[in-house]
Amino acid sequence: MFDASAAPLVEVHGLKMYFPIHAGLFRRKVGEVKAVDNISFTIHEGETLGLVGESGCGKSTAGRAILRLYDITDGVVRIDGQDISDARGEALRRMRPKMQMVFQDPQASLNPRMTVAGIIGEPLDEHARLSRRERLERIYELMDAVGLNRNFANRYPHEFSGGQRQRIGIARALALNPKFIVCDEPIAALDVSIQAQVVNLLEDLQERFGLTYLFISHDLSMVRHIANRVAVMYLGKIVELGPRDALYSEPLHPYTQALLSAVPEPDPDHEARRQRIILTGDVPSPSNPPKGCNFCTRCPRVMPVCREEEPDFREVAPGRFVACHLFTEETDKKTAGQAATEASEQVQQGE
Amino acid sequence: MTDTMPSNAELEAIRPPRSQWWDVWDQFKTHKGALLGAGFFVLVILAVVAGPFLWHIDPTYIDIRARNQGPSLAHPFGTDQLGRDTFARMLAGGRVSVAVGVTAMLLSLVLGTAVGVLAGYFKRLDGPLMRLTDLFLALPLLPLLLVIIMLFRDTLRAAFGPEGGIFILIVFVIGITSWMQTARIVRGDVLALKEREFVLAARSIGTPPRRMIRRHILPNVLSPIMVSATLGIANAIITESALSFLGLGFPSDFPTWGRLLFDATDYLQQYPERVLWPGLAISLTVLSVNYIGDGLRDALDPRIRGR
Repeated sequence: MFDASAAPLVEVHGLKMYFPIHAGLFRRKVGEVKAVDNISFTIHEGETLGLVGESGCGKSTAGRAILRLYDITDGVVRIDGQDISDARGEALRRMRPKMQMVFQDPQASLNPRMTVAGIIGEPLDEHARLSRRERLERIYELMDAVGLNRNFANRYPHEFSGGQRQRIGIARALALNPKFIVCDEPIAALDVSIQAQVVNLLEDLQERFGLTYLFISHDLSMVRHIANRVAVMYLGKIVELGPRDALYSEPLHPYTQALLSAVPEPDPDHEARRQRIILTGDVPSPSNPPKGCNFCTRCPRVMPVCREEEPDFREVAPGRFVACHLFTEETDKKTAGQAATEASEQVQQGE
Repeated sequence: MTDTMPSNAELEAIRPPRSQWWDVWDQFKTHKGALLGAGFFVLVILAVVAGPFLWHIDPTYIDIRARNQGPSLAHPFGTDQLGRDTFARMLAGGRVSVAVGVTAMLLSLVLGTAVGVLAGYFKRLDGPLMRLTDLFLALPLLPLLLVIIMLFRDTLRAAFGPEGGIFILIVFVIGITSWMQTARIVRGDVLALKEREFVLAARSIGTPPRRMIRRHILPNVLSPIMVSATLGIANAIITESALSFLGLGFPSDFPTWGRLLFDATDYLQQYPERVLWPGLAISLTVLSVNYIGDGLRDALDPRIRGR
């Protein structure tokens, strides 16, 4: 589907984002929350990578860390060939136009005291040297691109509906012609009818401007709609990464299977026969993850080795990566094959 | 009607974004109290600035034969126990009191806002700056004032003349001892504001900290700043009178509203109207400033605007 020889636009290697925990009288560091723990992936130009996972698994932190909104603990992030993992101050500032972000809560991500023109124009003020007229022209252009009436330029964010606010946020992200946009659950706070509009807008813009997206969401159906490849996160790690169709039709990792089995079927006949994999227990604390595989406490197919060794994130089929002992070379190939077929039986009842 | 709609829309589309200050002014105009307050405050300023040029009686001129008189055409507010014209003294005193109030308020506001924003925004400065604030809050005010005035009165007098020197000293003393509340409130608001997503969005754009503070933080902490500003003027005028009363402020024959008030309290039984004039002037000025602050706060918040 994509030119494999071309260098990927975004490369992430071993990204770690730990937040220190301070406690006690002297605020000493007593531990760390491993919000993102050693994740690696690449995104090619023009592609959409979906990043899914349950709440609190580190999706948003990963997105923010990639844009260097945090000082990352370890790892390499390369965007368009430039290593941004150690850039600081002015150097980082000059790389900002290439990468932008669309936020989850359109209400909170717009300054209530600025007009729409001011909000969309802020990136232009920071990075582009434009005359007043050029700036206004560019703002109108962007408002046209995201489907906002030009008359709205003088209004304030509280005068808009959620969908319109998200359009303002998208226009702001587009202002500097970025190559890469992190969409941090851009539709989670919107009505279902508006969700489709915003997703379609994002797709249109991708086509028109050749954008590359990292689409963070916990809406599996929406990710299936928009993404080319999908990465599944659990407790700060990517457990499975693969092309959308392969991953949805034949999920390999037990967690992915459980996650996909929770997606309701529109057809009531199929819905009645759908077997859910119900996970027991709670997600362990990211400040104290279990020994071995992070998922071993809840995995329905847990093996002794899972509690001892951390599984590698390896390529099991072309383009398909999974971090699970069921698929390591040491394990019997047959078991792995069985697991995969069983898995597809369990989940793909609806197909 | 349907025909004219698109052309209207087009006309509006050509109109460039107008300055936000016009919106602010439009909203301010709708707040009757604020307009009234602004009118009165301007009147007071005009009276104390231009008044002494029109009312030719010298506020320090002693006419012992005309002492303790009630209101008359020659002396609209009457005279005091030494026969000085109270109206002239009110005008002269107002000039000093309003000047002290406004400058001291500005000083404490700038100090408090700067400390609050820096402490809230930069984590590294938070500890030191807030401990400094606690230190100032814990300082016993009166001994501090005594020491400051003892140390600096004579040097300042020599440099700026007796009135100018004391003016600088009093403004400085009031400003330096009243910024802590503002700093604490502003710091709290900045801490909450810093975690909002629009600040994160600005960071992802690459807005440097100084513009972040100016563009995103300061406009959003304006309400508490405005409230402490209006309270600050009142506080400064009253502190100045207390200082004068203690003999630490302006010389005793130099009129200020606070001074007039305290002088008049001795004659409260015989001539109650003498307390009334400075008292009324202080209260009305403070009230008008409060209303202005109220109107400004509403006008500066786009969410309230247009209601």
